[in-house]
Amino acid sequence: MATDMTNWQLIKNGIFAENTIFKLAISLCPAIAVTNSVKNGFFMGVAVLAVQTLVNGTVGALRNYIHPRIRIPIFMLIISGWVSVIDMTMAAFVRDVYREVGLYIELIVAFASILAHAETFASKNKTVPSIFDGIGMGTGFLVALVIISFFRELLGKGTVWNFPIVHFKPMLIMILPTGGFIAVGFLIGFFNWIEMRFFGGKGATSGGGHH
Amino acid sequence: MGEFSKLFELFLAASLINNFVFTRFLGLCIFFGVSKKMETAVGMSVTFTAVMVISAALSWLIWTYAMVPLGLQFLKIVVFIGVVAAFVQASDTILRKISPGLYYKLGVYLALIATNCIILAVPLINAGEHYSFLESLAFGLGSGLGFALALIIMASIRERLELAQVPRPFRGTAMAFVTAALIALAFTGFSGLITL
Repeated sequence: MATDMTNWQLIKNGIFAENTIFKLAISLCPAIAVTNSVKNGFFMGVAVLAVQTLVNGTVGALRNYIHPRIRIPIFMLIISGWVSVIDMTMAAFVRDVYREVGLYIELIVAFASILAHAETFASKNKTVPSIFDGIGMGTGFLVALVIISFFRELLGKGTVWNFPIVHFKPMLIMILPTGGFIAVGFLIGFFNWIEMRFFGGKGATSGGGHH
Repeated sequence: MGEFSKLFELFLAASLINNFVFTRFLGLCIFFGVSKKMETAVGMSVTFTAVMVISAALSWLIWTYAMVPLGLQFLKIVVFIGVVAAFVQASDTILRKISPGLYYKLGVYLALIATNCIILAVPLINAGEHYSFLESLAFGLGSGLGFALALIIMASIRERLELAQVPRPFRGTAMAFVTAALIALAFTGFSGLITL
């Protein structure tokens, strides 16, 4: 069941049609936890992008040597190995960000989207399309995180990437935990509205997938 | 301050102040996925709390007696996910053998638990904070019950939401998020209850 999409289509698919957060509504935990500033959101997105690409590439390269009966534990090993690598890299090079998002970087292991794509895409396709699929899904996640954190930081602190932009009394609520839920809820609603209004779709699937 | 009151503080902090769903944002996929019906929410809560306490104990033993002496701390992600997955698989098999009735009720949730951020977070936080064995247990239990509380509140609200007139673009996920935001706002009131 190899894919017939070109590499560019795979990337676009990951960003728009199958956007992890806005469309599939999975792997939401970090989308809210680390988006109180653009910097945190950006680095978290980069970590996910790296893991997703590396895992997909590895699985795509090794898919003929993995016995189907034990593939899930093998995928978990590959994923947790790469996450450990990224985790230590982040801890070494971006210390200030890592102090805030470290736990969530470690928890990339449990991402539904990464295991799902190793299982449904990379184990059935050649290495190169798998890598591009990983890049697409990862970039979709990165874009979503940056959008959410941009609104939250701008409204909550009046800054973007710690540069002051506007001077007004900031809405502190946006960088509190509550603001994360509100921002994501309103953005999902907004994208649904755009889709209904201009593209005649029926909006995102309701209720989110399981884990 | 006595040993017991310290444990109790840790338990309260884990369940209310640093609630896993509303302040730490863990297990959100499960939280939004299974909070549509009260029955599934309760089943999930029971299963989760049990798994969290036991996996906290197991991973503490492995961490303290195997990984720290051998200097293998850098492998914690690989080892903990292995421990949790193996334990869930084992309990699945044992439960099916011992109590088919209970398995029939909770088996579905066990399958969902194996790789889940909320289950994996407990051992990772325990290892990061250098908790003792009893503290790890208190933390696991507190986190589990806090998650149960969040799920049950959410499920009871969402059952009412079924009948509400929600604007069409907001139906489903978006409205669930806004609801969660309001509950999180209420939980903000707990912050500062105990200064750890």
